[in-house]
Amino acid sequence: MTKAIEELSDVQLDVLKEIGNIGAGNAVTALSKIINKRVIMNVPKVQIVEFKCLPDLLGGADNLVVGILLSIKGDLKGHILFIFEQQYSCLLLNLLMGKNIEDVSALTEIDISALKEIGNILAGSYLSALSSLTGLKVLPSVPDMTIDMAGAILSFPAIEFGKIGNSVLFIETEIVENHSTILGNFFLIPDVESYDTLLKALGVES
Amino acid sequence: MDNIVRVGMADLNVVKHSGVITTLGLGSCVGIVLYDPIAKIGGLAHIMLPYSNQVKNNSNKAKFADTGTIELVKLMISVGAKKSNLVAKLAGGAQMFTFTQAVDLMNIGERNILASREILKRLNIPIIAEDTGKNYGRTIELYTEDGSLHIKSVGHGIKII
Repeated sequence: MTKAIEELSDVQLDVLKEIGNIGAGNAVTALSKIINKRVIMNVPKVQIVEFKCLPDLLGGADNLVVGILLSIKGDLKGHILFIFEQQYSCLLLNLLMGKNIEDVSALTEIDISALKEIGNILAGSYLSALSSLTGLKVLPSVPDMTIDMAGAILSFPAIEFGKIGNSVLFIETEIVENHSTILGNFFLIPDVESYDTLLKALGVES
Repeated sequence: MDNIVRVGMADLNVVKHSGVITTLGLGSCVGIVLYDPIAKIGGLAHIMLPYSNQVKNNSNKAKFADTGTIELVKLMISVGAKKSNLVAKLAGGAQMFTFTQAVDLMNIGERNILASREILKRLNIPIIAEDTGKNYGRTIELYTEDGSLHIKSVGHGIKII
């Protein structure tokens, strides 16, 4: 019987948080180089949240957010999803491009490419942390991006996790530059078949 | 003031006249809306997956199109609706991300729509309107007054079916 994500112990969650921390550490170097400014990244929380409560953490199900999705291949199959609320997506772009954007509905092609590139950097950083801690070899695909209601974008991880349990696991990430803090949410979504592989790699008996 | 009932993800509920029942941000999930025009009772299930027997952990009936619809019909009858009066409307089932690597998951919206249609057919409940598929999220509101379903989306305006 496959264990549901809500059955993970505190120790296993700590491992996931540590993957998040190391991943953030890797991403910082890449991000700092791109924007030519010093940034700090923190992973304040790893959370397991029931579907019903999930959209509230992103400002409500009808809040406008940016979702960047990559699929992963290798020892672990599944997806990685980053979600940034509108104000943080704008902050991220303004930081990256020296712009003054306040509304994600008016993004240009270049802005969208820039956000996707951030997704690439973050995904690559997390995956190399995951590989070094678990020994699993994983590769990300090119990113795809959607701007829509939080609930609609969250239906993606919710449906995948819904095949096994009633909760979703996600890692909160903070990017701090000077006085601005950008909050992002990172979802690691293993396919049902890869679920046991991940849990075993985290030291969970299934 | 109308009574407003909110339905979350993998959740279902009913509302009596005069009221509104709503769910926010449907993506690949489907909103199955039932309405009894005589009793003016509305019901809504926000389902995530097509069939309960394809998944091991299926204790939450509202998560699936098949068990969710059956449960919703029961609940509507228990508050005074008549099964033979029920009509259905469907919304949602979008494909939120476009890339094609994970074919199975990408089609989940479509599969949710097909399963919803099938279970409604099996229960002899006619589908009188639908706004499904495409690639964007929807917020829906059902008004018990006339059974109208208001659909809001980002950048696609408001639609009434």
